[in-house]
Amino acid sequence: MKRRITWVLVFPVSLLFFSVSSRFEVLDGQKSLTDTAKKAVKFGFGRTATPKEIASWDIDVRPDGKGLPAGKGDVKTGRIIYTTKCAVCHGANGTETPGVKLPGAALVGDTLAKARPKTIGNYWPYATTLFDYIRRSMPYNLPGSLTDNEVYGLTAYLLNANKIIKADVVLDAQNLPQIVMPARKLFIMDDRKGAPEIK
Amino acid sequence: MKANRKNNRKVVTGKISRRTLISGLIAAAVLPVNALFAGDLEKNERLLHDLDDPTKSPGPGPSPLGKRSGFEKPVRKPSDISSRTPLQDLHSTITPADLHFERHHAGIPTIDPSKHELLIHGLVNRPMKFSLADLKRFPAITRTCFIECAGNFRTGKEEMTPQDVLGLTSQSEWTGVMLSTLFNEVGIDAKAQWFLAEGSDAAVMTRTIPLSKAWDDAMIVYAQNGEAIRPEQGYPIRLLLPGFEGNMNIKWLRRIELSEAPYMTREETSKYTYPVKDKIRMFSFEMDARSIITFPSYPQKVSKGYVEIRGIAWSGRGKVEKVEVSTDNGKTWQLANLQEPVLSKAHTYFRYLWNWNGNETEILSRVTDETGYLQPTLQQLVEARGPNIGGYHMNPITAWKVKADGSVWFKPEKYTDK
Ligand code: HEC
Repeated sequence: MKRRITWVLVFPVSLLFFSVSSRFEVLDGQKSLTDTAKKAVKFGFGRTATPKEIASWDIDVRPDGKGLPAGKGDVKTGRIIYTTKCAVCHGANGTETPGVKLPGAALVGDTLAKARPKTIGNYWPYATTLFDYIRRSMPYNLPGSLTDNEVYGLTAYLLNANKIIKADVVLDAQNLPQIVMPARKLFIMDDRKGAPEIK
Repeated sequence: MKANRKNNRKVVTGKISRRTLISGLIAAAVLPVNALFAGDLEKNERLLHDLDDPTKSPGPGPSPLGKRSGFEKPVRKPSDISSRTPLQDLHSTITPADLHFERHHAGIPTIDPSKHELLIHGLVNRPMKFSLADLKRFPAITRTCFIECAGNFRTGKEEMTPQDVLGLTSQSEWTGVMLSTLFNEVGIDAKAQWFLAEGSDAAVMTRTIPLSKAWDDAMIVYAQNGEAIRPEQGYPIRLLLPGFEGNMNIKWLRRIELSEAPYMTREETSKYTYPVKDKIRMFSFEMDARSIITFPSYPQKVSKGYVEIRGIAWSGRGKVEKVEVSTDNGKTWQLANLQEPVLSKAHTYFRYLWNWNGNETEILSRVTDETGYLQPTLQQLVEARGPNIGGYHMNPITAWKVKADGSVWFKPEKYTDK
């Protein structure tokens, strides 16, 4: 009702100043998040991205394996890379040492759901996440410096140290997405929608 | 009408320039005189006393950049990985940009805005890159909302301020372009259900967001409280997802990829997830309704008589419906006044006038949001989620103990067997 009246008053003016009428809509509250475009418009701002530009930034890896690069790595070489590039912050074996506070979190633990600390073995639902995360963010002091083969090797080493794969597995784009993580079955999507019930 | 407006402007401009001219002349004439007498002043006790009186000598003139009064010293409280907003020092809901909380995973990048671009690709009709200048050409919109870290909960000792307990929430007036406007520009494939957002910091932070949020109210913002976003908040652009957990509002945004499935990044699996009974709950996007009394709180003191209790309330699911305050340990609850305008997904200021009789008591606040959700007690959260309850998405009622001497203390509650 109130809105109706506003419109009647504004209508003749809005013919002259189109921007005035759109102001009134915004004032109506932040529910109507309308900008000055009244419908889907193609503005022609921006430019087409080249395949080369996309490839240089597109580093993400999905659980189904999409995004995993060519290359491979095994547990043994992974252990050597770990010792030289990761151990300084995550400890010699990646395990938690009581009384020692390392710059990086423990990476190796038990596969039991209730085990602490929360690590790859008991808390990570997807193995692909490990590859993705190490490639984009680690080592902390020099992110983005590892080759894809090194990342495969480190992923293999950490999965083996967490008792998820055998010592002779050579990881690549085919077998990495096949690994079923022990914690996978524990994860559930939040289904709360907002209501009186506390969940 | 047009002509009128023009006239008005002319008059105003004329006035201002005349006044500026006159005050400039006075300053030029008086300042050297003041300087001449400066030596004598120091010897004269009576005049020296006048120096404390602001009406007895002119103050400094205009400056290119304003600063806080030297008497006001609000500060963020930094740890190794975050810094917290001094909620107890604020009198309304906008957080000054330099006091906005910070949380980043590999430090703050330095980004040249003239070189920064946003790439949108994946399940789109046309993959595109937008410069900051391109983004500013699109129709813009301004929205006030809070951003809260999903790990915004601390307890443990009585000597805790609101900043210590939940200082990882702040509010700004954000300006930018609706993400839906950009998605219209690139054209979204019907198969797309999610999008990945990625930052250009050293963590190359990534989160997966449901596509529905883009059609609802997601924005790409470049301004905070009217000026360019602060580096700590994502300069030159960040994703703004009103009501969603802070971590998803990717800062220093450089890439968005449309996808049919979520990516399960480290930040949405190993982090920002929490035990609920025997399971681990993931993809909790909305921040649940929450409130806190910021005055009186530790380490403030109150006196017997009228005390206006003040604080903030908010919900990631919409508007604050009501805030109730208890001054008798939670036995009875009274409605607090809400400061208008009450905005959706925004910190809302509340006030309640209390006549304190001087007896020891506990004061608490609880919010109900427009979905009917009532802020729970810590005990209710533990009952619903189990004793292993984690540190994420915790929004319990905060209680302050008021002692007979007027001192106010945080009330820590034990909540886990650990
Ligand atoms: C300079 C110290 C440092 C070095 C070297 C380092 N890390 Fe890290 N790492 C960290 C920090 C700090 C974090 C936590 C980052 C955060 O808060 O987001 C971390 C986190 C991780 C995590 C995530 C843990 C979890 O449970 O979420 C993994 C996996 C990891 N690092 C692997 C590696 C690997 C592999 C290397 C060697 C290539 C490495 N790190 C080298 C400091 C380091």
